[in-house]
Order: sequence, then C-alpha cells, then structure tokens
Amino acid sequence: MEEKLVFTRPECVVDRATHYCPGCQHGVAHRLIGEVLDEMQLADKSILVSSIGCSVFLYNYLHIDAVEAPHGRAPAVATGVKRARPDNFVFTYQGDGDLASIGMAEIMHCANRGENLSVIFVNNTVYGMTGGQMAPTTLEGQKTTTSPRGRDVLHDGNAIRMAEIIAQLEGTSYSTRVALDTVLHIKQTKKAIKKAFTLQNEKKGFGFVEILATCPTNWKMSSLDANERIAKELIPYFPLGTYKDIEQGAK
Amino acid sequence: MANERLFIKGNEAISRGALAAGCKCFFGYPITPQNDIPEFFSEEMLKTGGDFVQAESEIAAANMLLGAGAAGIRAMSSSSSPGMSLKQEAISYMAGSRVPAVLVNIVRGGPGLGDIGPSQGDYYQSTRGGGHGDYRLFVLAPSTAQEAYDLTIKAFDVAFKYRTPVMIQGDAILGQMKEPIVPWIPETLNNYDVDTWCLHGTKGRKERLVKSLFLNDGELAAQNLSLQATYDSWTSEVMYEEFECADAELIIVAFGSIARITKSTIRTLRAKGHKVGLFRPITLYPFPNEALENLAKQGKKFLTIEHNLGQMVDDVRLAVRRHADSDFFGFLPGNLPSPIDCEEPILKALKA
Repeated sequence: MEEKLVFTRPECVVDRATHYCPGCQHGVAHRLIGEVLDEMQLADKSILVSSIGCSVFLYNYLHIDAVEAPHGRAPAVATGVKRARPDNFVFTYQGDGDLASIGMAEIMHCANRGENLSVIFVNNTVYGMTGGQMAPTTLEGQKTTTSPRGRDVLHDGNAIRMAEIIAQLEGTSYSTRVALDTVLHIKQTKKAIKKAFTLQNEKKGFGFVEILATCPTNWKMSSLDANERIAKELIPYFPLGTYKDIEQGAK
Repeated sequence: MANERLFIKGNEAISRGALAAGCKCFFGYPITPQNDIPEFFSEEMLKTGGDFVQAESEIAAANMLLGAGAAGIRAMSSSSSPGMSLKQEAISYMAGSRVPAVLVNIVRGGPGLGDIGPSQGDYYQSTRGGGHGDYRLFVLAPSTAQEAYDLTIKAFDVAFKYRTPVMIQGDAILGQMKEPIVPWIPETLNNYDVDTWCLHGTKGRKERLVKSLFLNDGELAAQNLSLQATYDSWTSEVMYEEFECADAELIIVAFGSIARITKSTIRTLRAKGHKVGLFRPITLYPFPNEALENLAKQGKKFLTIEHNLGQMVDDVRLAVRRHADSDFFGFLPGNLPSPIDCEEPILKALKA
C-alpha cells in the first residue's frame, strides 16, 4: 500500500509532549511558529528570548538557540541580542502578565525604538503558571484568585488592549490581534506571525502579534467552553484586526 | 597613537579601556556621576562598528547586557549606586546563566537617593553578589585613572575566562578626577570557549540554551556547586598592592580612592618616623585573605579605613582572625576626605 504523507511535525519542533494543560493553546501557537520558521528557513539563524510564565519552556519545544529573560524583560534582552548579532533572527514569546504588567516599560520602548525583531504575545487574560491570578488583561467581572469576586474596574482598573497601544508608537511596523479559537482564526494567526517575521527578515522593523488563547485550567472551564469564551467574551473586548502595518498604512 | 599620553577623567579611562578590550555594545542610562561613560560611547562605539543604546531604564540596560552577553559579544553597562540597585535582577540572572558581562559602578553616597558625592557604601552589594541567590561577582577596585583603564581591559578577559559578570567599582572621585594615563591596546583578545556556548543560530549544530531555571531534581544544586567551584578558583586571580608593609607596625587596609588618599598620609607619617604601611585590595572579590593573614602572622596591627560606616572591615577581620583584629575608621558618604583627616585615626591606632 502506498503511503502519502499529508501532515507532519515541522522540522524545528521537538518531538516531545508539552507540559501544558489539556485545552491550552500554547501548543498551537508553538506549532504555528515552528511552521513559519521552517517555511521561511529561519530556524538555524533564530535566537528565541523566552519569558517568565507557562511559556518559559518554549525552548524545550523548538530546535533553536534560546536565552531565558527575567520576568517582563524579554524585549530588553532581545534588544541586546539583536544589537549584538544583527544578522540573526530574534523573537520573544511572552504572556500577558509578563508583557503587559511587569514588562510594560520594556515592550513600549522596544517598539518605540523600532527594534528590528518580533514579539509574539499570548493573551489568555490570566497569570497561568502561578495559579490564576488577575492579569492586566483580565476582563471586568472575571473571577481570578486575586479578584475572587470578579474584577472590579473601579478598584482594579480595566483590561489593557496591547495591540492598539503598540500600534500608536511611531517605531512599530506591524501590530495585530488574532485568536486561536477557530480554524479560520488559526490560519489568520499563522499569516500574522509570517508577516511579522517577514518584516524583520527584510529589516523593516518591529512586529507585534497578540494572540488570544485559552487557559481552561485557570478559567475553570472545559476545553470546549474555554474555546467558546474567546468568541463570546474576549473578542468583543479585544477586537481582532491589524492596527498598524507600515506596508498598508495605519488603520 | 596608542601610547600617546592622555589627560582624562577616570570615567573616560574606563570607557577607553573598554574600547581597547574590544567591547562592541554599550547599554546605559543617565545617572550622576557616571554620565561621561554613556556619553563617550554614544559617539565612540558607533565609530567602531559596535552599538550603543540609551535604555529606557537601568533594568532594561542590564537586560540588554544579558542579551548581548548570551550572544557571546563583549558588552558593558555602567551606572551609579541607585541605578546599580535596579540592575541587580539582571545581574543575578547573568550569574545564574553564566553570561559574561562587565558592569561599572561609579559609587555615590547612599542609602536611597543619597547624594552625588563619593562613597564606598556599595562594597557589600558588589562583593556579596547584590541580587537574589547564591552567587558572587568578580570585583575590581581601581584607584587611579591608569588603573581604571588597565583593569577594564582585564575585566573583559576575566568575564569570558570564567563566564561571569564582572564589576568595576569606582567612586565619584575616580570617575570625575582628571589625570594623565598612557593607553595601550592588548595584543590579543581571548574569548576562551565562547564558540562552545554562545548563541548565534544553530547552523547545523544542536540548539543551545542560556538559562538560570533548573527544576529537575539535583539540577540547581549542581549549578550552584559549579558556580561555587568557579568562585573558589578565583583565588589564583587575587590582586593587591603592599606599600611600606615590610617593617610596618600598623597596616592600613583601604581600597580605591581612599587607599590613594591614605597613601599620602602614610608618606607624611613615614617622614616623621612612624612605621605605617598600606595594604590595598585591588580585587575586592576574590578578597586577598592569604596575603593579609601573612601580615597578621608577623604580629602587625590593622586599621581599615573606608568611605562608609564599615563594610570591608568585616572581610579584613575574617582574613586576620586567627592572629589579629582590625580597627576601623570611616569617612562619611558624601564628604570629601583628605590625607590630613587620616592622620589622627592612624596615630591613635599606632599608640593603641
């Protein structure tokens, strides 16, 4: 019988089960990055800057060089890597607690300097690794371990929309928000990653891809319900779309 | 060109020493009294084909240093005390991930915002690691502009030889005072085994990881033991200066600018027949324990003089503890000490 290979693991993705919880979408995001790195033949010149949170272990799942940044500092570490080795391909992978809270200064100034690197920002509205505390992206009314009665915007402030903020900075070349809840959205996410990576590869500057993703464990939902929450609750507050693209003009 | 005498500040001597040592990236942030260093690099680094970034914060500057070091490139960042406190997070990560880097602390008075005058109040911070966790920095304490130039060249060598962050600790006196130096260029620059660990893309080899997180059983313990073995091996790198110690009854132990000021006092007192000598640690870590103990064995007395309320004196006492003790005299942070100020405490210690 003749075998026809129709689907395979990207070459730069490690053959290893991830440590992620069932229904978590980090694995999907990782795979998309792996596919794009393979397709663009970037893996052997890539340097990943990993951040603090569940996704710190991305370096265990990709066959590429990596350095571990302190919490929130990945854009600064990536700046150092890129300035030291401008011919390498450099990207960060950060969660919402890491990027939009403790790392706000680093991401803003990295974008504003127009560093020629790419940032993959996974927003699941909660601190995952530490057990589900309120994040800067936690939605109004959302219950977490540090907002047990639901986020009270008068007391805690409101969720931060990063893709829009990053788009406002002159140094940004590309800022977009995508999601991983449907096949269509997953395809759009891959396209967005490819766009950001292509801009860097062509020395066209800073690319920012915000990806809405699930955290069923800390949302205390089934995988399916968590997936549905993206469309029902996240997308209405965090609208999908491209907020800046220097090749299209700002939106 | 290389051997033409220059009349420059200590801050510029450090900067020029870094260029001579092949430093390719500088990450800085404005804070007095070290501003001459980032100002120098903002122009000169670009001329060498390297890069300069004025970071958004001391925290970011130190993390950029971590990135450049992980990429195996000779890089530096400088600051002064309050800024150095902010850099400690990244310094701990650099130590834990074995990233070579050179940091410069032109110390000012503290705690808090303190003042912008000279001080040695950061001795503990520099020699005890400074950030969280069990680690040390290799700490160099120049006392002249020439030595600042020379030790900066050495700092890069040590950083790559041992894959460690290295601290150059000066103060506002060293940084701001102008004096002649003779610059020189090292014949060769050695980055040791950099090609076996630095990040520059896999290009056919296995992927590499520079990290400080070790969760598996025994992994972190092994990393700590490996770091400690490195620190223990630094005893071979100890540097110090002995001045008029041979027949001295009293040894003044002082470092950096204060050692230099004290040396003037010792010259004056020697002319009057007092048997006083100076012991100046040049590496603050590794500390010259053995050399101090040898002096203590000869029955000498000790007086530690610092520009703080007593920090290095702890290390002096530990070094001489089997044979002697050390008195202490401290200049207060922010005050400008003079050689005359040292006479009275030295004479008092001689009589004691």
